[in-house]
Amino acid sequence: MAIDSEPKIVAFCCNWCTYTGADLAGLNRMKYPENVRVIRVPCSGRVNPQFILRAFRRGADGVMVCGCHPGDCHYSTGNYFTRRRFMLMRELLEFNGIDPRRFHARWISGSEAAKFRDTVTEVTEMIRGLGK
Amino acid sequence: MSKTGVFICHCGTNIASALDVYKVAEAAKAIPDVSYAAEYKYMCSEPGQQLILDAIKEQGLKRIVIAACSPRMHEITFRKMLKKSGVNEYLLEIANIREQDSWVHEDTGKATEKAIDLVRMAVAKVQKNEPLKTSFIPVTKRALVIGGGIAGIQAALDIADAGHDVVLLEREPSIGGRMAMLDKTFPTLDCSACISTPKMVDVSAHPNITLMTSCEVESVSGYIGNFKVAIRKKAKYVNHDICTGCGLCEEKCPVKTDSAFNRGLSKRPAIYKLFPQAVPAKPVIDKESCIKIKSGKCGLCEKICPLGCIDYNDEDRLVEEEFGAIVLATGYKLAEWQSMYDEYGAGRFPDVIDGLQFERLVNASGPTEGRITRPSDGKEPKTVVIVKCVGSRDIKKGHPYCSRACCMYAAKHAHQILEKIPGSRVFIFYIDVRTPGKGYEEFYDKTRKDGAVYVRGRVSRIYKEGDHIVCQGEDSLLGRQVRVNADLVVLETAMEPSEGSAELLGLLGCAKDEDGWIQEAHPKLRPVETQVGGVFLAGVCQGPKDIPDTVAQASASAAKAIGLLNKDEMETSPMIASVAEDKCSGCGACEPICPYKAITLERIPDREPGTGRKIERPAARVNAGLCQGCGACTVACRTGAIDLLGFRNNQILQEVDALWP
Repeated sequence: MAIDSEPKIVAFCCNWCTYTGADLAGLNRMKYPENVRVIRVPCSGRVNPQFILRAFRRGADGVMVCGCHPGDCHYSTGNYFTRRRFMLMRELLEFNGIDPRRFHARWISGSEAAKFRDTVTEVTEMIRGLGK
Repeated sequence: MSKTGVFICHCGTNIASALDVYKVAEAAKAIPDVSYAAEYKYMCSEPGQQLILDAIKEQGLKRIVIAACSPRMHEITFRKMLKKSGVNEYLLEIANIREQDSWVHEDTGKATEKAIDLVRMAVAKVQKNEPLKTSFIPVTKRALVIGGGIAGIQAALDIADAGHDVVLLEREPSIGGRMAMLDKTFPTLDCSACISTPKMVDVSAHPNITLMTSCEVESVSGYIGNFKVAIRKKAKYVNHDICTGCGLCEEKCPVKTDSAFNRGLSKRPAIYKLFPQAVPAKPVIDKESCIKIKSGKCGLCEKICPLGCIDYNDEDRLVEEEFGAIVLATGYKLAEWQSMYDEYGAGRFPDVIDGLQFERLVNASGPTEGRITRPSDGKEPKTVVIVKCVGSRDIKKGHPYCSRACCMYAAKHAHQILEKIPGSRVFIFYIDVRTPGKGYEEFYDKTRKDGAVYVRGRVSRIYKEGDHIVCQGEDSLLGRQVRVNADLVVLETAMEPSEGSAELLGLLGCAKDEDGWIQEAHPKLRPVETQVGGVFLAGVCQGPKDIPDTVAQASASAAKAIGLLNKDEMETSPMIASVAEDKCSGCGACEPICPYKAITLERIPDREPGTGRKIERPAARVNAGLCQGCGACTVACRTGAIDLLGFRNNQILQEVDALWP
């Protein structure tokens, strides 16, 4: 059986900031690796740690949670919870034997198309380096 | 099998040229839940929508997936379409294969593969979608306009003329804003006061407008159609219900403090009206400078007031008001160039002034009654230098943006100097001259013909030499240094968001852009809406603009607010949190995490396990009007009792699972 060498990365993106930023990257015809699959959520605070564990269990090579910058949450406070929650998440992943470098929480606003492109590129390269 | 139909859009060549839509359709057909798949050139077009509607009928489709542009673009279009079909409009998912696939990837094979994944995810999610119904909430038919400058005045008048009640809130003691400070307006040279003060009077006389001056927004809660706003009524120390505005107190007050309205070019008493034509035309006491309030001595104004209006013990009061719509018209302030440009003297030279100070100097009701004189010695300047783009278009020291109005008011200032001071000379240092507007280029041409000398280049240094202020800079067209010995220097400084606007945006939950201006919902298609439903914007608070654009935008935002207030009730999104009471343990972890206070613990009837005795126990309840659907509560719930409709845990997990079939 041939081993698929391309990593698959799941990105949970909030509807108001990062999903919009990703759309803007498209509008500006920016180019980035094909490895990321975006799942749209209303707010990064909606992302339950079990979603991330499930993605890793199924075979994700990397998981990203992206939302509005702290202080800019569309729902005013959602991303503060995200921030605290995913500090702990990294430790939980390590405990479970998953390299925490495979998990990234990033803040990308609706106007930061270039940051979306750069983040996706950087995370893909990093995970490619960690291996499948 | 759930009879799911998948429809793949070519978007002309936007999608079809970058990935293989036929292959995506074939792959979709192979997904077990999919009973029908088709592709078409433009799914959003009339025939495209008809194609979907026909397929629903002929194939008996129960759930729909459309692979096309971003759901942010056409989700609403397709939901509207489904209303005609008998399939509930929430049994729809969009796979974003344009913005997040065909437009961003170059390898056709990999882009196609990704599109198939995205379709598979959407198909998986839609299996768990439930039919949802929109509900209706009543609309409070009342608008709050924040900011009493020309933008706020225009918006308030337009909304009030349409028959709705408006509260116009202003933190200063009078409405009028920056426009009240100006002398003349370009390019027609209308007297600013002559066109703005009648509007101010209209506001005060309008039966539908309540004017709240010396007031600030303290907190905001609620949502579109139903905002609750706490307003701080700052102590005025003068009872405006009985004050006639006779002005005796202002004459008697012994205090002389800098007049902010005259930009520090004159003094005012501690009990004062902002300017002679102030609306309301009644004074307030400035507690920072009043001797009586500070030290208990004086009390002259109380003694002189024939009606007993003065109350030194007046206090701030908080009132709560309800509104259906909010218009933000918070305007701008001028950049504090003194701290940005040390090379311009950092404020050490009194004869280096900013544009608004010049407006006060040249204004007939200003500190010099309209004579252009030097602040240092009162002499008439013969040579005046105007420097444009101070703080604007300057990435290193100021802001990257253009402040838009300065080119025109610099030309106006030049015209006014040349007209009022015979034999005077005006030099204007500029980077570019930007005059897009009706009659603007003609006005600029006229100013040059009047004798204004335009020098292309930045001023690098301003210093004092004898009686002169020397402006040194490069003439970049001639490629040499120039020095102008000026008597007066006018800096046309950048506009910045007004004081406190960031805090206000925080209270409302509105986003700001990189420069601090309010972020509009869409820069082209929704220019007067914010991302918060029911909150609109008008004027410079959205970005620098001149008076005609400000007024046009104010009327536009008023039209939006009127459209909202004309409704008796409005539809709400059904994608909100919902509690499965049987699973809820009543722990209350969801309650504090909700940013909208939409969750409360209620006591619900139940039966005791084992005995079957009737008991009451606590369970979470969601207020559908308050919930905005963020889903923060779902993550806090230990038992999984609270879930978000449209983004349920199992819907999102289905999407994840679909990636590894």
